[in-house]
Amino acid sequence: MLTKRIIPCLDVTLDDRGASVVKGVEFVNLRKAGDPVELAKRYDEEGADELVFLDITASAHGRETMVDVVERTAEEVFIPLTVGGGIRSVDDINVMLNAGADKVSINTSAVKNPELVREAARIFGSQCIVVAIDCRRNFEIDRGSHIVELENGEKAWYEVVIYGGRKPTGLDAVEWAKRVEELGAGEILLTSMNRDGTKIGYDIPITRKISGETNIPVIASGGAGTMEHFYEAFTDGRADAALAASIFHFREIGIEDLKKYLRKKGIPVRI
Amino acid sequence: MIAIIDYGAGNLKSIHKAVEKSGGSAVITSDRETVESASAVILPGVGAFETAIINLKPFSDYLIKTDVPVLGICLGMQLFADESEEGGLHRGLGVIEGRVVRFPEWVGKIPHMGWNAVKTAADHPLFNGIKEGYFYFVHSYYFKTDERNIIGTTEYGIEFASAVARDNFMGVQFHPEKSGRNGLRVLENFLEMI
Repeated sequence: MLTKRIIPCLDVTLDDRGASVVKGVEFVNLRKAGDPVELAKRYDEEGADELVFLDITASAHGRETMVDVVERTAEEVFIPLTVGGGIRSVDDINVMLNAGADKVSINTSAVKNPELVREAARIFGSQCIVVAIDCRRNFEIDRGSHIVELENGEKAWYEVVIYGGRKPTGLDAVEWAKRVEELGAGEILLTSMNRDGTKIGYDIPITRKISGETNIPVIASGGAGTMEHFYEAFTDGRADAALAASIFHFREIGIEDLKKYLRKKGIPVRI
Repeated sequence: MIAIIDYGAGNLKSIHKAVEKSGGSAVITSDRETVESASAVILPGVGAFETAIINLKPFSDYLIKTDVPVLGICLGMQLFADESEEGGLHRGLGVIEGRVVRFPEWVGKIPHMGWNAVKTAADHPLFNGIKEGYFYFVHSYYFKTDERNIIGTTEYGIEFASAVARDNFMGVQFHPEKSGRNGLRVLENFLEMI
């Protein structure tokens, strides 16, 4: 039986010396703790099913160091690696795949230029093209095409936002998810800005909606704070995978413990 | 020396690194002489069957007759079949009898992508030390073959052959180079056969 995937995400930035570090972890006493490659190795050993690296500098220098991070990780870690952040062209994708990434994640550039998704899927295959969709609840329900009922019975639609959530696009997230599937995306990485960083749980209504409306895997992202949140993403949310960052970095939740918990609750996981 | 055949079917860096991590030495090559002088061959593959079998042409007559160990990975394994239904009917190398067919729509999302369990069906040395383990898959078609060629099975709506073997030819539908410790173990086992 196909298992549900647990995916740690490493937001990679540069420290004051220009070295790549994982956001949030660089302040932990040992500098080595913030090294993305060291962290990637730790997660592999703990049983992570995949890894996502996000370049949050979105600068030329950031991208160069990301290539180095991916190359060094691919030397030692033999699980699928996804790279995102600042991917704007077929050339950018090519560089990351050649460095050793298995998939790339495209976000803002997919919204601005949907043909990039089609072109990339044609050249590299759908299996390595992930479209990251960031969205936020919008309560002006006459503006959305897919109205979703929230936990408390209220109704909203989810608007796609870009540039790290700073810019609303007017696009309906469900509509956009269906569109990227048509364009050839192999997977959707879905982040709800209403939950990102809150630790109150994944945004179940939109995760469930997009999982139901598309036929490609959906990775739930944003909001994980407890083990139960992962369980909810896989059951009520019907997600194929769940992603989290800081709770893994700071060992608030161990991947091994999380998988044991999920298996006990009847979720198929790789142990 | 193991030859990893480069016939334009995707990035071969991870399989190369994984072989080295498993203690082997390998070269990525598109040179026929290098392939012929290798003590074992890895046939990788990502992409469509038809393009792959056309691009593999310069090597196919050697592959059919060689008796060194040959490991086919993903599409590389499917190329061993008599024929494939992917994108019309196309002839394969025909070293392991069978046909490559698409998963029926009702099994779930296609491609079958992610970690799934392989149950070893025969006592084959490729799975030494692994009775049942998880491996990483990405594929929409599977190898339909006679039971005697099957050394591992996996469940995705249906039970399909996730590993096959016949004489010196071995094929795995999963990606050992992306399957963590179990994947490296399979590669180590393959190296043992050289």
